[in-house]
Amino acid sequence: MLTVWAILIDGFIYASWLFLVAAGLTVIYGVMRILNMAHGSLYALGAYAAASALGWYYADGGDQLWMAFAIIAVCAVAIGAVTGLAIERGLLRIMYGRDEILMLIITFAVLLILEDVMKLVWGTTPYFAYQPYAAMGRINIDVLTVSRYDLMVLVVSIVIGVGLWFWLERTRIGKILRSIIHDREVSKAMGVNVGRMFTITFMIGATLGAIAGGITAPIISVVPGIGIEVIVLAFAVVVTGGLGSITGAAIGAIIVGLARATSIHTMPELELFIIYAVMAAVLVFRPHGLFGQAVARKI
Amino acid sequence: MMKADRTELSLIGVAIAVAIAAQFSPNWLVFTLTLAISTGLVVMGVVMLMRAGLVSFGQGLFYCLGGYAVGLGGRFLGITDALVLIGLGVVATVAIAMILGLLVTRYREIFFAMLSLAFSMILYGILVKSHGLGSTDGFGVVDWTLLWFDSKTGDSANMALMLAIALALLIALFLNRYFKSSIGLACEAIRENEVRVEYMGISRQQTLYINYVIAAAIGSVGGSMTALAAGHVDPTMAYWTISGEFVFIAILGGTGHVAAPFIAALIFTLVRTYAIELAPNAWQMILGIVLLLIILFLPKGIWSLFTRKKGAAS
Amino acid sequence: MTEILKTEGLSRYFGAVTAAENINVTITEGEIVGVIGSNGAGKTTFINMVTGYLPPSKGSISFDGKPIKGLGPRKLMRKGLTRSFQIPQLFLELPVIDNLSIALAAAEHKQFQMLRPVHTPERLKAAEEILEQMHITEYRDEMVTAMPQGARKLLDIAIAMLGKPRMLLLDEPTSGVSMEEKYTLMDTVMEAVRARGLTVLFVEHDMEIVQRYVTRVLAFASGVVIKDGPVDEVLADEKVQELVTGKQHKPTASGGDA
Repeated sequence: MLTVWAILIDGFIYASWLFLVAAGLTVIYGVMRILNMAHGSLYALGAYAAASALGWYYADGGDQLWMAFAIIAVCAVAIGAVTGLAIERGLLRIMYGRDEILMLIITFAVLLILEDVMKLVWGTTPYFAYQPYAAMGRINIDVLTVSRYDLMVLVVSIVIGVGLWFWLERTRIGKILRSIIHDREVSKAMGVNVGRMFTITFMIGATLGAIAGGITAPIISVVPGIGIEVIVLAFAVVVTGGLGSITGAAIGAIIVGLARATSIHTMPELELFIIYAVMAAVLVFRPHGLFGQAVARKI
Repeated sequence: MMKADRTELSLIGVAIAVAIAAQFSPNWLVFTLTLAISTGLVVMGVVMLMRAGLVSFGQGLFYCLGGYAVGLGGRFLGITDALVLIGLGVVATVAIAMILGLLVTRYREIFFAMLSLAFSMILYGILVKSHGLGSTDGFGVVDWTLLWFDSKTGDSANMALMLAIALALLIALFLNRYFKSSIGLACEAIRENEVRVEYMGISRQQTLYINYVIAAAIGSVGGSMTALAAGHVDPTMAYWTISGEFVFIAILGGTGHVAAPFIAALIFTLVRTYAIELAPNAWQMILGIVLLLIILFLPKGIWSLFTRKKGAAS
Repeated sequence: MTEILKTEGLSRYFGAVTAAENINVTITEGEIVGVIGSNGAGKTTFINMVTGYLPPSKGSISFDGKPIKGLGPRKLMRKGLTRSFQIPQLFLELPVIDNLSIALAAAEHKQFQMLRPVHTPERLKAAEEILEQMHITEYRDEMVTAMPQGARKLLDIAIAMLGKPRMLLLDEPTSGVSMEEKYTLMDTVMEAVRARGLTVLFVEHDMEIVQRYVTRVLAFASGVVIKDGPVDEVLADEKVQELVTGKQHKPTASGGDA
């Protein structure tokens, strides 16, 4: 019984992190039909920016928790928005209309480039910014202890999820984006400035990725390669849940999160492979993921 | 049997020339060539899929299976004959590809890429957690034999290269015919227009399935050769970034000629050797920039530089 | 004369929308039948059901006396039923000769040969023959992308004629082709059709083309066949003029023998 609770708690905490990571990826795909491999780099950029800024702050003698969060938020949003804008305007804009798989390969090239840009800017030694994580301490749920920071991530993830839903369903821009998701040609014909919407969407998706990285910075050691590890997890989540669907990303995150937690607590050897096994299994029965709309199968 | 055409004669000629030149080459070059040829074989598999319009981010699965077959065969089954080890790898790979192919070839575009990536990562996940197989460190490949040759006593770098050249030549000759055969053209037709293919009475599923299994087998041979030459296997062979490298090399060379993947693999291997030494933190950036440049300016790969036809639309 | 295609009660619904209802048509071998109707009238739905692209909601189809409902395009091609496409469906980045050779290999059931080349002397001869008949020999080694629209339509139809089909369905063969070229295109196609003894059903919007080349017309409106008969009779019919052609019909002296 204890194990069940441990699985549920670990699972949902991990799921909330997965959702944070995957949300931006699925939004970009939904509107622009681009599976952005460079999303992993945005995550890493957010982590590096937050970690180095926090490093300065704490080295300078700072100790205010709220300030730390402010720093994370500002750094992540800044680096995410700027990089997103640069990628979309500078490169993707020239490539629109090409095959989806070609766009994937192009974003793979961007990922490779950004990986080394980060190495050149931040070096290869690990960055640590554990202070906020440690400062928040842990709480007890029965005999299990959970870090308060992880719970905060859970809350942030829910807030962002609800915020995204609200933004897409209730705001004007959200409605425009949904019309583009539904039918790009028709919305263009109705006067929607698809180009500008693409830029906005990409910037938002990139920022979400950077925020995920920034929030994660205090939990991990920020080293080269975290983007490359994360992007395959994000793929597993969005493909399982259905490309382009926020609900899908949430459900996909929950499924993958619980599967991984189950594996860790019962059969740890399966931990790495269970995530992709789940993804492959879902695709067998639902070829476009649980909530996906695109046509995946040809036969 | 058909008359050998010009391509085939050139391939044979080049193979012989390289084999002879290798006798007078320093060890590092011999080793690099072996690695390049083995990589070229794996990339050949990616190219076969690309000709059918599919991009695989999971060719590493078969590359890794081929490598581990050699490693496991030697270490746990006591097999030392190189050809038997390679054969073992092919058999295991074909068995797995025949199962996965039933599923994977029903998908296209992003989904095919993601599914192939997933299966490769599944193998990675299994291997990393197998302590008996050395988990992330992998393990060394034992000494191997080939006919009269024993790697313990002989010049194993040279022999590995000879074996690689021989296998690559045979496979290249086969593929030269394959690309010009009905099934080879059917694959390209599927890439161009699946609807028309159905209306011609061709089964897309069967065509892609056969193509997939053969591409897997060839990838396995490349992995086995790499293991024999490098003397080591580890789980990163199945990590998705390795598959990404294979995709890069496939795009670099293009799908236009059977020799292109080998040439591209050689360029890649040589540049990487220098880049890692001179600028280890810029190697990936170089890859990324070159990839973008090729996509923008030479979409048919560098081979298209040699075969630009005047007037034909491309 | 043998019955080659027969549909009974053929219908297709998309939710609440009736795309086609209760189509009863019998076509005998050797007929050249025109299918007319305004957009959305059901002609393309009818063709798509007959060629295995769309499963019917109700009714039956038989080809050569055998039921074919539910069979996909591949099986229908084997039985001798082929089609061309309104927008030519070709292998754009392959040379024209390759487009034809692969079709020939497929028709011979030889599409899985891994060691025999696709370009055998027999196939090349057959391909060159049809290129001649269609007057597009000049494009033999060119990529399809180098061909103008009219030539592409001819290639599209040529591919459908390979492999000795019994019946050919043409979907708007002259659409997208300039006025001057329409007649040359149809003359070329019909000559090849006659040389092969094919039964042809074609969808067409241009009534002059219809008049000139067919013997019988099926007129569609709102998903049903409102008139089925000899070309002059159908085109002179009041309802057909109201719902489809929108104009007066002047019977030609030959009434359809082109």
